[in-house]
Amino acid sequence: MIKAVMVMNTQGKPRLAKFYDYELAGFAKLRLLLLSAALSSRAENVSNFVEADAIFGLDSRLVYKHYATLYFVFVFDSSENELAMLDLIQVFVETLDKCFKNVCELDIVFNYGKMQTILDEIVFGGQVLETSSAEVMKVVEEISKLEAASNAITFVPKTVSNWRGR
Amino acid sequence: MGSQGGFGQSKEFLDLVKSIGEARSKSEEDRIILGEIETLKRRIVEPDIPKRKMKEYIIRLVYVEMLGHDASFGYIHAVKMTHDDSLLLKRTGYLAVTLFLNEDHDLIILIVNTIQKDLRSDNYLVVCAALNAVCRLINEETIPAVLPQVVELLGHAKEAVRKKAIMALHRFYQKSPASVLHLISNFRKTLCDKDPGVMGATLCPLFDLVTVDVKSHKDLVISFISILKQVAEKRLPKSYDYHQMPAPFIQIKLLKILALLGSGDKQASEQMYTVLGDIFRKSDTLINIGNAVLYECICCVSCIYPNPKLLDAAADAISKFLKSDHNLKYMGIDALGRLIKISPDIAEQHQLAVIDCLEDPDDTLKRKTFELLYKMTKSSNVEVIVNRMIDYMISINDNHYKTEIASRCVELAEQFAPSNHWFIQTMNKVFEHAGDLVNIKVAHNLMRLIAEGFGEDDDNADSQLRSSAVESYLRIIAEPKLPSVFLQVICWVLGEYGTADGKYSASYITGKLCDVAEAYSNDETVKAYAITALMKLYAYEIAAGRKVDILPECQSLIEELSASHSTDLQQRAYELQALIGLDARAVETVMPSDASCEDIEIDKSLSFLNHYVQESVEKGAQPYIPESERTGMLNTSSFRNEDHHEASMHGLRFEAYDLPKPVVPSKSPVTYTPSTELVPVPEPSYSREVHTSTAVPSISSSGSTELKLRLDGVQKKWGRPNYSSGSTSTSESSSQKTVNGVAQTEIVSTSTSRAQATSSFDLKKPQVEISPEKQRLAASLFGGPSKTDKRPTSSSHKVVKSSSHTTERPPAAKPVDASEKSTPVQPPPDLLDLGEPTVTSSAPLIDPFKQLEGLLDQGENVSVPNHGAVNATKPPEMMSLYAEIAASGQSGGVVNPIPTNGDDLLSGLSGGSIKTAAPGGAAGSPSLSKGPSLKDSLEKDALVRQMGVTPTSQNPNLFKDLLG
Repeated sequence: MIKAVMVMNTQGKPRLAKFYDYELAGFAKLRLLLLSAALSSRAENVSNFVEADAIFGLDSRLVYKHYATLYFVFVFDSSENELAMLDLIQVFVETLDKCFKNVCELDIVFNYGKMQTILDEIVFGGQVLETSSAEVMKVVEEISKLEAASNAITFVPKTVSNWRGR
Repeated sequence: MGSQGGFGQSKEFLDLVKSIGEARSKSEEDRIILGEIETLKRRIVEPDIPKRKMKEYIIRLVYVEMLGHDASFGYIHAVKMTHDDSLLLKRTGYLAVTLFLNEDHDLIILIVNTIQKDLRSDNYLVVCAALNAVCRLINEETIPAVLPQVVELLGHAKEAVRKKAIMALHRFYQKSPASVLHLISNFRKTLCDKDPGVMGATLCPLFDLVTVDVKSHKDLVISFISILKQVAEKRLPKSYDYHQMPAPFIQIKLLKILALLGSGDKQASEQMYTVLGDIFRKSDTLINIGNAVLYECICCVSCIYPNPKLLDAAADAISKFLKSDHNLKYMGIDALGRLIKISPDIAEQHQLAVIDCLEDPDDTLKRKTFELLYKMTKSSNVEVIVNRMIDYMISINDNHYKTEIASRCVELAEQFAPSNHWFIQTMNKVFEHAGDLVNIKVAHNLMRLIAEGFGEDDDNADSQLRSSAVESYLRIIAEPKLPSVFLQVICWVLGEYGTADGKYSASYITGKLCDVAEAYSNDETVKAYAITALMKLYAYEIAAGRKVDILPECQSLIEELSASHSTDLQQRAYELQALIGLDARAVETVMPSDASCEDIEIDKSLSFLNHYVQESVEKGAQPYIPESERTGMLNTSSFRNEDHHEASMHGLRFEAYDLPKPVVPSKSPVTYTPSTELVPVPEPSYSREVHTSTAVPSISSSGSTELKLRLDGVQKKWGRPNYSSGSTSTSESSSQKTVNGVAQTEIVSTSTSRAQATSSFDLKKPQVEISPEKQRLAASLFGGPSKTDKRPTSSSHKVVKSSSHTTERPPAAKPVDASEKSTPVQPPPDLLDLGEPTVTSSAPLIDPFKQLEGLLDQGENVSVPNHGAVNATKPPEMMSLYAEIAASGQSGGVVNPIPTNGDDLLSGLSGGSIKTAAPGGAAGSPSLSKGPSLKDSLEKDALVRQMGVTPTSQNPNLFKDLLG
């Protein structure tokens, strides 16, 4: 099963930390710290795998992918396939990209809930739920439509959030 | 999408995020967050907050918590929000509670009711949100509250809901297998769901079930195979394609399940061959996910009953992996590690690629490669591998991995050591660089090994071993900052054997020991070892009738210790002083020379006191009453039982109460919050082991379990299951076992170690492209000439290869290696396979370099036609196999893709499947642990050695998986 999904920026600030193996949620802060140290010490053009036993306990494998300022990290056990997990990160990022149009770190910060929704449609209780980003998008759009209908809240358009961040 | 759903951020929130983003230091960030927490604390309790505002507060709380601060004051508000009718607020509430609460949190009880309600909702999105929360929040106690509803949802109209319901059940199974045991048939039912996504989701729980119990799922083999076949043949709707691969994640899961089901089961495996061959052929190696499937296929092939054609295909795939980028190299090395269990000679084909990986800058890849080397270690290459490992161990700072690699070095050295001398040297290196990280038992084993010798009756060899140990320790002892464990070994050995061969005087050794005690004056254990060693040395001197003159520094050390705060050190010091005062005969009895291996008989019943007891009782003393029988004392065992009983009775009711009656006090909050301090921290075994001078391996493990609080009856409320202790215990047991193995290792020709020195020297030379050094390393790692005769097809060029390694060596080594010159006739001994030393001795007179060049070309050329030949011969046979299976499979009616045939297939095939289950059950015993059991294999190895058979050169556990 997938034990944890994390997104952090290159400076080590967590942007998302979701633990499916709740034993890992203990000392989460320390783990994230160790993780960011481990990731930042990796050179470019090396494999996307890191030995993670020291951080996440026995039978932990870790796959990460580096996009611009963000690290996307999946931690999982031997019942998953490393390369497949690498593609799952790709699916996750693709979906985020579709959702936010050229996703950047700020989108993720300001739309935390949405990112969670997307992740929940891809990984559910530690298992892979859906791998087609189109399908995920369909569900996410449906949810936001319903949410919008059930509650008229003025949204901050993306242009504004971009402007604020800069 | 211009506007973003989800967040209605206010300026405040945006400012918060911005200021955190711009924070220059951690303390500045903390200050901002603490300010934010204060604001939220104040605001959130204000009356009549608009819902929208409340939602924002909750999101801000989530943010605060994500940054590692405590936001527990707001949890209750998040819980309240889950009750809201609006979907947006409800989802936000659920999101917040799933992030805030763990499954043992008190507030869970308040959410269960909401979840129950939401699971019955008409809106499937509400149901999904609730199921999501179920996965995260429901614990063992609350499973019964939602279980019926979740099971009901298996029949929901929306496939998304069915999928999630299955996964929620899977989650329940993981948490408490007993709670859903009666529902396992449901998983089989949902495997036939008309939606492939739901079927795919079902594979996850089935994988877990099969892992636990292979036998009872053998009947599903055919179904899994037929599903896999349909998936691979692209019978699924297009929407399940991923990068043009048909449902790769489903394929991967299925391959994993098949690997479990086929392991050690010939009949089941044979059914899989066709479809596996298909996948090998169809896999697209240009895309990542295609390689993922391919890798999984290799894993499956290496688990099931071996099939030569598939193994060839797997080997081909591996060689492709090893030629690709880092990720694929990593997978390739991993796959190679799996495959060598079945065909140990496969590593040879890839020796250069493996060595490249070993020198890769990527640490992950390097470690994986070491893992592979660890798996393929045998007595012929142990020296090269262990030396490499130690070099790497010295170069890294990561203590966790250092520990691991150190214990691997120790294990390999104990298992395969070619000579005692080498073993001690290796252990010295390990201790010197990772002494504080290795288990204390390793040190005890080393001491015992030196004390016991090697189990042969050759006293001469034993004393030689001891003097060489003493000598090396006297050399090392001067170095600064040695690890404590190593110093203990040194002190013990010096005390026991320092003066045994008469080479060193007692005063010399005692002086050294005093230096140690002084240099490490804050390490009481070392001091204790040192003073005991002093005592032994003096005792031998006295017993031998020599006059003992105590050095002034020894005298001051003894005086210092007899005033020590540690009673243990004090006692040792006083004992030493008392001993010096005794005469030779008494000393001889108290402290006999070299008697550390003698058994000491212990009269546990203290029968020698019987007389005294008798006398006292006659004089009117009270007879002894065992503690357990004494009255007035709490009977601890029955208390424990009671506790256990209550714990098992304890459960929560989720139905409405019928009548008001006295409230049953809820146990859970009381049990865990106040008692966290009482949680016994299992002591590291070192501290307790300290005073046992000879290794008694079982003491600490059994001792620690006795001393622990009993936790079995009590529910685990806190902490993690301590995997770390589990891991140490396994390594303990393994190292224990291997001592015997080492003790009985045959002495391997002494020239081996000499040659090893050569190769280790060569390793340090800079690398050219496929340099001769690399070739040589490859030869020493992989080149067992005995291997070649196993593969008659490719033997011709392989023989050339190995012999060329042999011949190419002497000239290359000439300028640097004198020892090689002195034994010019000897072929490099690490190429020797001790079983069959015949092949290598022929040293042709051809120019070795030329031959090497030829080899390089040949390597390229030969392999290609080889593969070609394999490919050419494969298809027809595959096809015929395929045709057979296809014919039998068609009766299932697989015209229309998945939607209808799921049922048909299962029902159609179930008749046949029963037949396969019966023999299958006889053939395969359920292998609970996936990997080979180390302990078993070591036991086996020790047994084989005892029986006087030289074990085969491979690691003995290689065939374990295969043969069951």
